[in-house]
Amino acid sequence: MNALDIKGLTKRYKNGPLALERIDLTVKKGDFFGLIGANGAGKTTLIGIITDLVVKTGGKISIFGYDIDTDFDKAKTVMGAVPQEINFNIFEKVSDILIHQAGFYGISKSIASKRAGRYLKQLGLWDKRNTKANSLSGGMKKRLMIARSLVHEPSLLILDEPTAGVDVELRHQMWDFLKTLNREGKTIILTTHYLEEAEYLCKNLSIIDHGKIVERGSTRELLSKLDRQTVIFYLKTPAEVKSLDGYKINQIDDMTIEVEIAKNQNINKVVSLLDKQGIIINGMRNRSNRLEELFFSILGKNEK
Amino acid sequence: MKNRENIISLYTIVEREIKRTLRIWLQTLIPPVITMSLYLVIFGNFIGSQIKGIGGFSYMEFIVPGLIMMAVITNSYSNVVSSFYSAKFMKSIEELFVSPTPSWVIVTGYMLGGIARGLMVGLLVTIGSLFFAAPHIYNIFIVILFVILTSAVFSLAGMINGILARSFDDISIIPTFVLTPLTYLGGVFYSISLLPDFWQKLSKLNPILYMVNGFRYGFLGISDINAVFGLIMLVIFAVLLFCANLYMLKKGIRIKT
Repeated sequence: MNALDIKGLTKRYKNGPLALERIDLTVKKGDFFGLIGANGAGKTTLIGIITDLVVKTGGKISIFGYDIDTDFDKAKTVMGAVPQEINFNIFEKVSDILIHQAGFYGISKSIASKRAGRYLKQLGLWDKRNTKANSLSGGMKKRLMIARSLVHEPSLLILDEPTAGVDVELRHQMWDFLKTLNREGKTIILTTHYLEEAEYLCKNLSIIDHGKIVERGSTRELLSKLDRQTVIFYLKTPAEVKSLDGYKINQIDDMTIEVEIAKNQNINKVVSLLDKQGIIINGMRNRSNRLEELFFSILGKNEK
Repeated sequence: MKNRENIISLYTIVEREIKRTLRIWLQTLIPPVITMSLYLVIFGNFIGSQIKGIGGFSYMEFIVPGLIMMAVITNSYSNVVSSFYSAKFMKSIEELFVSPTPSWVIVTGYMLGGIARGLMVGLLVTIGSLFFAAPHIYNIFIVILFVILTSAVFSLAGMINGILARSFDDISIIPTFVLTPLTYLGGVFYSISLLPDFWQKLSKLNPILYMVNGFRYGFLGISDINAVFGLIMLVIFAVLLFCANLYMLKKGIRIKT
């Protein structure tokens, strides 16, 4: 059984544009699935429909076999959602927010309190359990929303930009936590702006652009479609690199060059060509992460 | 959800609403007590001492049930409208919509939250009134029935306002321009039998007149209207408003996009 099946999903806002156009999407049970796209591509609308915050115009969605048109209540019991924006009552205590949320799923207070404690500890918020939510930092608020989404122990977790605005250290901690949840069997759907996050976490990906899925597949498959990458070389001493046979270069300054390397070419050759010119390399790195290059190449093709 | 889960969910909403009322008691519980005490001092004591009794009761005794009802009406309404709109504004209402809590549980929960605040304020005002007038209870069941039904009706009306409101301004328009005038003209401070015939007939179009008088009947055993008719009207209003809320929540009007 799939965790999520979407067929022909369409959304047109009142007097507005077509936000989603006949989306077909399948997320397998146990997957860590990434939905990536630019701002306004339709990611949040798609998640809004799945979580009953946006009304669809057409199409079918089923969550673990529950059709949202006929069994939305059952579908809701098996999924948890972390929205992009803070959406809890900031005047409530941290522990109350979790216990109330569990209550909305029909979970008794005694069970809810135990679970709340467990997730607050796991997410480093235990010391803040009696604090009003408005005094939490931005990162803590994000973690609180993750804890809240887990309190009814859903099989499917949907995260809409969970690490946006979170510092690097905390982001890595959250990545580890999410990976652990996925290893323990939770299906996770993640939307993110951070493509290195999607590349690091997701087993399968879809790229959404202007309300359409323009690319899909496993992360490995998609990255193998990347036909070229740009590598930045840092030179040890100032030099002018006039040309590199067969390679497109761009000299940034007298200490830095960018070299575009196609799939059938290799970095060793670049290094040896530079070496022949008496240029010593001090270091090198990809200009952007591989998924980012793929993302821009796909969106670029789409624009054309 | 199953019945037990619905009850837990309902209890959670009501508990959250009561906690909210108690958390901000300086805004929710104290102001109505002060306002009603001022009414009792100024209208009941200073001015009322110059007015002859109505229906065999002193003017002070006559206005006490009306003032209690006025406090219940305004507080039930404002509790739900402000709580629901704030939840919409902060987006915390999404906590309920992503959960399997049925719409009827949400409406009932907010309604009970509004009734709870109405009763708390009503009780405090009643206690305050004991310093000014001797207590009279003609029929306690009528008192309880009227106070619960009236606060239910105004909680449900407040919820409709909260659902439809687009800004904080929208949640004060109805209380200021509709609720307050109707309450003042609903026989809180006078018996409509003192009015000319035309104004008596016009007053009978005001639904609050039936609530105030029905409640007063429970306390004093006197009323300008038939209390049974008032009860039937309250039940009809409550059912209609409940259904209207249910429809709007199910459709996601002004909540879902």
